[in-house]
Amino acid sequence: MAVSTKYELKIGPATREAFGKALVEVGKKNADVVVCDADLSKSTMTTFFAKEFPERFIQCGIAEANMVAIGSGLAAAGKIPFVSSFSAFVINKGFEQLRVTAAYPNVNLKVVGTHSGISIGEDGPSQMSIEDLSLSCNLPGFVVFAPADEVSMKAVIHVTAEHVGPVIVRAGRSKAAQVYEPGTEFHIGGSHELLSGSDVAIFANGLLVAEAIRAAEQLDAAGISARVIDVYSIKPIDRAAIEKASKECRAIVVCEEHLKDTGIGTRVAQVAAETTPCVMEFVGVDNTYAESGTPEAVIEKYGLLAKNIVEAVHKVLARKK
Amino acid sequence: MTKTSNPAELAEISKRVRRHIIEMITAAKSGHPGGSLSATEVVVALFFDIMKHDPANPAWKQRDRFILGKGHACPVLYSTMAEAGYTPIDQLNTFRQLGSIYQGHPDVRFIPALEASTGSLGEGLSVGIGMALAAKMDGNPSRTFVMLGDGESQEGQIWEAAMFGAFHKVDNLVCIVDYNKIQLDGFVKDIMPLDPLVDKWKSFGWNVIDIDGHDIAAVQKAFHEAEGFKGKPTVIVANTIKGKGVSFMENNPKWHGTAPSKEECALALKELA
Repeated sequence: MAVSTKYELKIGPATREAFGKALVEVGKKNADVVVCDADLSKSTMTTFFAKEFPERFIQCGIAEANMVAIGSGLAAAGKIPFVSSFSAFVINKGFEQLRVTAAYPNVNLKVVGTHSGISIGEDGPSQMSIEDLSLSCNLPGFVVFAPADEVSMKAVIHVTAEHVGPVIVRAGRSKAAQVYEPGTEFHIGGSHELLSGSDVAIFANGLLVAEAIRAAEQLDAAGISARVIDVYSIKPIDRAAIEKASKECRAIVVCEEHLKDTGIGTRVAQVAAETTPCVMEFVGVDNTYAESGTPEAVIEKYGLLAKNIVEAVHKVLARKK
Repeated sequence: MTKTSNPAELAEISKRVRRHIIEMITAAKSGHPGGSLSATEVVVALFFDIMKHDPANPAWKQRDRFILGKGHACPVLYSTMAEAGYTPIDQLNTFRQLGSIYQGHPDVRFIPALEASTGSLGEGLSVGIGMALAAKMDGNPSRTFVMLGDGESQEGQIWEAAMFGAFHKVDNLVCIVDYNKIQLDGFVKDIMPLDPLVDKWKSFGWNVIDIDGHDIAAVQKAFHEAEGFKGKPTVIVANTIKGKGVSFMENNPKWHGTAPSKEECALALKELA
């Protein structure tokens, strides 16, 4: 469950690092696990696996579309391939291959996109993926995860390796706040209520989970009780948690490091609309591309901080009947 | 299924396959006869002579695998697999109809014995290389065969896969280019030329065998040569005639993706009698 200190979060390793380490663990557990990388293994952290299991590490060069389809072939022949690159490359450039060679024939392919969102900072928009969750949800049969921290990423990688079927996992570049205690369980279609609350429900994933917790602290000081839910399983999404939050809080804010118009906000809104609709607000990248800068400066400029979530909460509460 | 290495018997099977191709596309009122007819000898030689496989046990782990990259030519694959005993011959004429196992492009959901769902050009070679690589890692003697179209070879991913296959020495894979020189919009040379195709593959590090893809003995010889060649993957450039076997379809871009009328079907079947 959530860390014992109610609001204070320690900074931990990046989720890409947790992914790289977990990959070695699943590699030790299962000899069929193989890893494909497109000349970014030092960044995606698959280099840990490459060192431990060189004979099961497949260097694909800078050719993501080919890598995804090779992964599908490996999967169809009984391997458990993890293919990895930056989200912007493996999902966007590999999308057609994800569709035809993996989703449509439903092969056991695992895809991990690192450096997701705008928090990569200095490298700028060509490397920033702000549409990957939307694209990923356009692949029938794929499970999609966006873990927030080290503990959740490690657990999700184990779940991913054990699940028979295609999975996409979103990882980030920057160090991530430690949200979970070791031993917390994660599963396909799950979510975690990190803070209880009754005035508004804040749904978040990835780095925005920590921002949502910080927002809840500020709201608490203003006498507003905010529930914070980590929707780490993007697809399938935890419909029961959304319905419950909508019924009990009657106001929802969804925040994400993704294009606001096409991310999990639309999925949460769909479930609320299908069950118990309520007023909603959304925090995300607003129909634009970001720019270079320190991660902190970029996140602030593009409105993904706790203060932006607080603002959205005030807006949604003003509309709440 | 009775396998044979006898070229005359393979020619007989090829003729039956061509008849199925014409009949099923006519029944469907749509489909791709030209590139199915050009690929016939190669596909028949693979299923009836070259590949180790068992229609009664399609999931056999050590089977050889075949992927039709140019998925639109699936009538030749469906007809050959039906003749080999994988699927019912008497349902071939349900091709492209709702609920038919014979989908418009190969679909593993409907025929699990297919190795890959194809149709979006340029992806089958990469998938095949993944399979061949898995076999190598496992010490599995399984070989993988992938047939590409010439038009398909305009896709950049083919050349990504070509670089990969040579670097990773995937010598348990054979790629066949059905080089019939015609694509949907016209002649390859007028759309986006591939020549010198043999030199291209050589420069990408592949063992290249250049043959007449309708000469069954030459096709067999090329596959045997490929099996013995170690250290590089092999590509067989099979020079073929689009629409081969039906005089009015031969070398005519019109028959890339047009179904024959009932009258044209009758004429074609007469030639294939």
